[in-house]
Amino acid sequence: MARTAKRNPVDTFFSIITGAASFSVVVLIIGILIVLISESSLSIGKFGIWRFLVSTDWDPVRESFGALTNIYGTVVTTMLSLVIAIPIAIGIAIFITEISPNFLKGPIGAAIELLAAIPSIIYGMWGLFTLSPIMSRYIEPFLQKVFGGLPLMGILFQGTPMGIDILTASVILSIMIIPFTASISRDAFNLTPEVVKESAYALGATKWEVVKNVVLPYSKLGVFGGIVLSLGRALGETMAVAFVLGNDHRITTSLLDAAATITVTLANEFAEADKDIYLSSLFYLALVLFVMSFVTLAIAKFFLLRAEKKYTR
Amino acid sequence: MKTLLKLLIAVALMMSFSHVEAAETLNGAGASFPYPVYSAWAFDYNKITGIQLNYQSIGSGGGIKQITSRTVQFGASDAPLTPEQLNKDGLLQFPAVMGGVVPVVTIPSVKEGQLRLDPDALCKIYLGDIKFWDDAKIKALNPQLSLPHGEIMVVHRSDGSGTTAIFTTYLGEVCPDWKNKVGAGTSVKWPVGIGGKGNEGVANYTKRTPNSIGYVEFAYAEQNRLAYALLKNSSGNFVKPSFDTFEDAAETGTFDPKKHFNLWLVNAPGKNAWPIAGATFILLAREKPDANRKVVKFYEWAFNNGDKKAKELVYVPLPKSLKDKIRAYWKANGIL
Repeated sequence: MARTAKRNPVDTFFSIITGAASFSVVVLIIGILIVLISESSLSIGKFGIWRFLVSTDWDPVRESFGALTNIYGTVVTTMLSLVIAIPIAIGIAIFITEISPNFLKGPIGAAIELLAAIPSIIYGMWGLFTLSPIMSRYIEPFLQKVFGGLPLMGILFQGTPMGIDILTASVILSIMIIPFTASISRDAFNLTPEVVKESAYALGATKWEVVKNVVLPYSKLGVFGGIVLSLGRALGETMAVAFVLGNDHRITTSLLDAAATITVTLANEFAEADKDIYLSSLFYLALVLFVMSFVTLAIAKFFLLRAEKKYTR
Repeated sequence: MKTLLKLLIAVALMMSFSHVEAAETLNGAGASFPYPVYSAWAFDYNKITGIQLNYQSIGSGGGIKQITSRTVQFGASDAPLTPEQLNKDGLLQFPAVMGGVVPVVTIPSVKEGQLRLDPDALCKIYLGDIKFWDDAKIKALNPQLSLPHGEIMVVHRSDGSGTTAIFTTYLGEVCPDWKNKVGAGTSVKWPVGIGGKGNEGVANYTKRTPNSIGYVEFAYAEQNRLAYALLKNSSGNFVKPSFDTFEDAAETGTFDPKKHFNLWLVNAPGKNAWPIAGATFILLAREKPDANRKVVKFYEWAFNNGDKKAKELVYVPLPKSLKDKIRAYWKANGIL
């Protein structure tokens, strides 16, 4: 009893250093935010908030900057990569948890984790030298032939297939985020109580019916959280797309056109930004991305918390 | 505990000795374009003198920033600063080595050095006014070639770079349309074309795309055997990019020590001058003569002994006349 009343000094010391470690993260984030705001203040003052966000102009020579083309590129590549990645990732997760024989679970799981461990610059170089020629020579002409003539869909596949475009960038991004979505979905699926699944099988449900009616409804919030986390990753990914997106500041409806994302613009233009307002506008772009990522992750956290509550109830 | 203490003291002593022995270090930062030649020179210089030169290739913008805030002993920039800027920030400036920009093409049936372009044609291609290789203007320049009716795929840099700055400055100089519509800078708002990241990106796209045109650094075109085009210079001659034509450009360019050598070496008047060249510059802080003397000593050594190495790495050494001008500039500023 006496021991609990008077705390062990080692214990106190331990609490202090762990507390300091955790607190330093908060300080760091606030510090980054302050630096971003102060560095971009010149650009905020010149272009304002609304005008910067809706202007499509990006002209370093005439010192006129707007973020809309970058925001558009970021949103489109991220969304498209999710569209490609989610079905594949959920398929992987279902296979590992429900279908795969035990001896395959280990190797497949390890392969997926390995995919997550590849540095993004490797994806970038691979994209430039390998994927992009394949896209421009085979896949994009094929897509253009099949969908190019259709009304509405056709708009997405106009232009000369160069392999340096939104589609190629999105494919690389999707490969990068598949491991995240897959492993979080797998963990969520594993949370489904065995009893419920066994009962469904006992009632004569097929594997597909169990997945569709028992596992997926049980884990949908967890899966959704995983998707939003991958979205956060795709939003901020830089080197993998910097080589294959072309850094072209325009809004295009075709997936076969070059574009620019916020990160691609930063990676391409930061080193040689030679005017104050130019540099400040790049910081301003970074600030926009910071806010976008923050909001996304907040949403993810919200859904994950709700999911947890549901399971532990 | 005691042995640990002894060990610690021993290590501390060793470190302090090595610190005393550690050679003098010069720190510089800036343009990435001259990085290979600066580090090759620094390696040789270190062998002879023991002086260590650290050069960080963080980009010209970063180099200017760092020397302005005096965190390095010298900065390096691909773009010359104007005398006003230099006076404002208290800087000295001199060129160290040269490079140039070469238009490269991939056209079926056209080989290296066969295609002839004049400034107007090059400008119109990059403005998007000339769309096909068999355009009347290009045909008139190349009566001996059978050019295909292929749509020209224009390739430019997607990242900000000194190469783009030299190239767009040249286009602005020779083509009023370009000056009015686009302008010059490390990155510009391109009217047409797709962007490749780095020289390797532009070279990659140009090589694998039929009917394309791009621009890369001379060294890059040379080492990767890209099909360069001949350009018409200001004296009306079609020249090919080579050490000789670059040197001719440097000889005839009007580098003025009074203006701290502020010059874009484009459209030089020489008879055989390659029109798209540029020097890369070193920036020094005026109020630090001691540090400057050390930096200048290194470049003086490089001017005397480094030409061979530079040529091996496909950089163009400065011609003797220009080196002498720079030496006089150093003397005038009391740092040689």
